[in-house]
Amino acid sequence: MQDKVINTMKLEFTARSVNESLARSAVSAFAAQADPSIAVIADIKTVVSEAVTNSIVHGYAGVEDKSLCPIYIHCKLYESSRLVVRLKDRGCGIEDICMAMQPLFTTDTDGERSGMGFTIMQTFTDGFKVRSEPGKGTTVVLEKRLKR
Amino acid sequence: MDITCERRGEDVVAFIRGEIDHHNAKNARDSLDSIIDESKPTTFSLDLSGVTFCDSSGLGLVMGRMRKCCSVGSVLCIQNPSSAALRILEIAGMDKILKIERGV
Repeated sequence: MQDKVINTMKLEFTARSVNESLARSAVSAFAAQADPSIAVIADIKTVVSEAVTNSIVHGYAGVEDKSLCPIYIHCKLYESSRLVVRLKDRGCGIEDICMAMQPLFTTDTDGERSGMGFTIMQTFTDGFKVRSEPGKGTTVVLEKRLKR
Repeated sequence: MDITCERRGEDVVAFIRGEIDHHNAKNARDSLDSIIDESKPTTFSLDLSGVTFCDSSGLGLVMGRMRKCCSVGSVLCIQNPSSAALRILEIAGMDKILKIERGV
């Protein structure tokens, strides 16, 4: 049986760090309609924050005018209480995705990044995909079951 | 995010309240480093009981303060981590490396 989409949300904002809390609050508020547990909401907030931070810190690294740096979030809620969050940037992309996925790997050593962003995204979701190409931006797809 | 500190003899406890993310981690880092530099405590404790949200930026903050403490001869300790802070520390195995005190 096909899992039907019952609600959607689109959000676009500039890659400013102040928008990290906006993004995680908006997505968790959207997810709240399926009445998930507090622990599930905490997972969603964390993974969205990680994905947005990656776009700001790595995707748009070195871009001074952040007004030219959009981040797009598209959320879909399915009948089965499955939430799919697609987060996309138009930044520099990732050269080696396998390397970037390694725990503790980071290219931003000065900024005290822990290199655990992708590991946390993988751990706190039920499905996780990254699509990226140098110069063509990055799309992260996060899937979370809101009810067991 | 709000940071306050308390001197306890040769030791210092810094209380972090609120959300730790990439946006506010830099200010937190500067504040905590100033406290460490000025006090050079025997043990520098981070009380994380008031942390309501924490992502990998919080992990970076703790790892960086561990290095900072080492550089001035202090020992870093984590006190009363909230569930939001603890699950992030556990994912990186920091709970095995750092001294974590509860009920302090």
